[in-house]
Amino acid sequence: MTNQKQKIIDGGIEVFMGNLLRAGVIIAATLVILGGVIYMFKHGFTMPDYKNFYGEPQELRHPVKIFKYAFSLHGRGMVQLGLLALIATPIARVVFSVFVFFRERDKLYLAITCIVLAVLCYSLFGGR
Amino acid sequence: MSILTFAALIWIASLFAGFLGALTGLGGGVVIVPLLTLGFGVDIRYAVGASLISVIATSSGAASAYVKEGFSNIRIGMFLEVATTIGALVGAFVAARLSTSVIAIIFGLILIHSSYLTIKRIGKPKLVAKPDPLALRLKLDAAYPVKGGLETYHVQGIPVGFFIMFLAGSISGLLGIGSGAVKVLAMDNVMRLPFKVSTATSNFMIGVTAAAGAGVYLNRGYIDPILAMPVMLGVLAGSLIGARHLFEAKTKNLRIVFSIIILLLAVEMIFSGIKGNI
Repeated sequence: MTNQKQKIIDGGIEVFMGNLLRAGVIIAATLVILGGVIYMFKHGFTMPDYKNFYGEPQELRHPVKIFKYAFSLHGRGMVQLGLLALIATPIARVVFSVFVFFRERDKLYLAITCIVLAVLCYSLFGGR
Repeated sequence: MSILTFAALIWIASLFAGFLGALTGLGGGVVIVPLLTLGFGVDIRYAVGASLISVIATSSGAASAYVKEGFSNIRIGMFLEVATTIGALVGAFVAARLSTSVIAIIFGLILIHSSYLTIKRIGKPKLVAKPDPLALRLKLDAAYPVKGGLETYHVQGIPVGFFIMFLAGSISGLLGIGSGAVKVLAMDNVMRLPFKVSTATSNFMIGVTAAAGAGVYLNRGYIDPILAMPVMLGVLAGSLIGARHLFEAKTKNLRIVFSIIILLLAVEMIFSGIKGNI
C-alpha cells in the first residue's frame, strides 16, 4: 500500500521535473536566439578573435551583472542571460528536490540535496 | 570570414554532432572541443566553455523524455551528484592550472577510453538479488518498469561507485564533456543497476554536473556568448532530432563509425597537444 502510494507521488514529481527542465531549455534557447539576432544585426560582418584567449569582460561573468547588461538590450548580454538560464535549469531541479524531500520529511535526502545545492551556488557565485 | 558565416558553419557542425551523439549514445559533447579547436582554430578554453553549455542543453532536453518513462532513480542521482558536482569543481580548478597542451593530451586519452567503453557495453549486467545494507540505509533500491510489471533491483558497491562518480565529475569539469560513459560504467558494472536505469539516471546527473563546472567557467570568463550560441542551438536541435529517430536507425554500425571518428579526433588532439599548437 505505502509502496504503491510512494510510486504515484514519485510519478507526479517526475513529470513535473521533466516539464521544468523542458521549460528551462525553451526559455534559454529563446533568449539566446533573440540576443543572437540583435548581435548579428549590429556586428554580423565583423570577426571576433577566438584564436587567442582574452577572457570575457566582467559584465559577462557574474549573474547579477549579466542581468543588468542583458536588460540594456545588448545582444551579447542577452545571449549570456540565456546561457545563465540554461545553467540555472538543472539547479532549479535541485531546488525543487529540496522541497520534495522536505515535504516527505526525508531528512537524509534533504541534507544530501542541500549539499548539492550548496556546491552549485558556490560554483555560480564564487567559484573561480 | 565574418562572424555570421563562422557561427552558421559551427551551427551546422554542432547539429551533426548532436544528431550522431544522440543516436549512438555517446553524446554530442565529446566532439565539440576537437571540432572547435582543430576545425575552427578556437582556443581550447573557449571551446571547453561552449561544450559544457551544450552538454547542459542536451541533458536537460533529453531528461524530460527519460524522466517521464520512470527509469531514472532520483535518489541514486541526487546521492551521486554530491560526488560529481564536487568533482566538477575540482576539475574546473585544475583546468585553470594546466597548460592548454596538457589539457589537449588528456582530452585525447579520455576520448579514446570513452569510445572504448561505449562499444564494449554489450550483454546484460548481472543484477544482484541480495540487498546491500548501505543501499538500504540510503534507500537506493527501487523498481523499474519491465514487460508485465515492475522489477526490483538492489544497488551494490556504493563506496566504489561514489568514488568513480567523483572522477567522472572531475573529467567533466576539466574537459567540458558530460562523461556519461564513465558514469554509466560505474552504475552498470559496480553498482549493478539495470541498463535503462543507469542510462536515464546518468543523463539526469550530467546536467547538474555540467552546471557545477559551467558556473566556474562563467566566473572565469571562459564562456563566450557568441561562440556558445551556435554550439548550444546546434547540438540541442541535433540531439532532439536524433532522439526522435533513435528507434528507427540501425545504431550498431553508426556507433562504430562515430567511434572511429572520435578515435581519429582523439589522436589528432594528442598530436596537437604534443606539438604544442593547440
